[in-house]
Amino acid sequence: MAKAREASKSLFWQNRYAACGDVSVAGALQDRYIDPMIRELANPTRFMSLSGTLLPWVGGLAALLTAVGLYMVWFTAPADYQQGETVKIMYIHVPAAWLSLFFYMIMASSALGTLVWRHPLADVSQKAAAPIGAAFTLICLVTGSLWGKPMWGTYWQWDARLTSMLVMLLIYLGILALWRAIEEPNRAARAVSILTLVGAVNVPIVKFSVDWWNTLHQPASVFRLGGPTIHSSMLVPLLVMALGFTLTGLALHLSGMRTEILRRRVRTLTILEAERLDAQAA
Amino acid sequence: MSHTFFIAFSYILTALVVIGLILRAVIDHRIQVRALAELEARGIGRRSRRG
Repeated sequence: MAKAREASKSLFWQNRYAACGDVSVAGALQDRYIDPMIRELANPTRFMSLSGTLLPWVGGLAALLTAVGLYMVWFTAPADYQQGETVKIMYIHVPAAWLSLFFYMIMASSALGTLVWRHPLADVSQKAAAPIGAAFTLICLVTGSLWGKPMWGTYWQWDARLTSMLVMLLIYLGILALWRAIEEPNRAARAVSILTLVGAVNVPIVKFSVDWWNTLHQPASVFRLGGPTIHSSMLVPLLVMALGFTLTGLALHLSGMRTEILRRRVRTLTILEAERLDAQAA
Repeated sequence: MSHTFFIAFSYILTALVVIGLILRAVIDHRIQVRALAELEARGIGRRSRRG
């Protein structure tokens, strides 16, 4: 009885949405394009072929944009009226901070892919993203500290932004340790996914810490409701550097995913070889 | 210490970390490609189990 009521309710809503044209269009898009695309990319062999073609282009563009960004930082961007030339540290500190959060979001969405959809490449993506995110978090913390000494008079302050970023690095290190602690890749992926999703609570804390608490760290000056507060002569080099860093990170991520797929093939074949030797010995 | 030290140290450290990530990616990829080639050369393929 309850099942019949549920089915009729579901049919009622389907008809309602179909009458509005929502389900028919979205459903057709899902059936014709999205599902086949996901199925196609879920195939590791297809992914290896596609990523092999993409990787040199992404890597080349990353190198080009980083080179252009560095030229702008060192030869065209002006010194800041308060910070002087020390503002040059910001052109690497800020993109590193963005990428730290960006790679955590990649890991969190991959964790959902592992736990909810069991997408074959989701845990491969998670595992490849972790060291890259950790490296950019480390760059963000160290360059921030090196900027803080001449500007604030101290390398470190236990304020909300700095502390939440340190917590982010510790979460990354915990995730890397968990990947190494569990040998079987599928079990490791499920454990890491749970830790990653729990740790995702820290992402909005990092982002909004400067608004929620009274911090020594300055508030957001690029991605804010009223628009950027930085002059275009500094904003453009910053965005070019950020794009260069992002493409570098994505190239490393693609490369890491390809290596992880190969590692899993090696693991499977090694197990097969061991089984064959066991069978021969018996 | 002059501000130049802090700026130079930041850029050198970032370059080292990024170069480290790239080297790690290249070396790890080569190791896996070699290991896979060795296994396949010994006749261990995914289909070898059936045959």
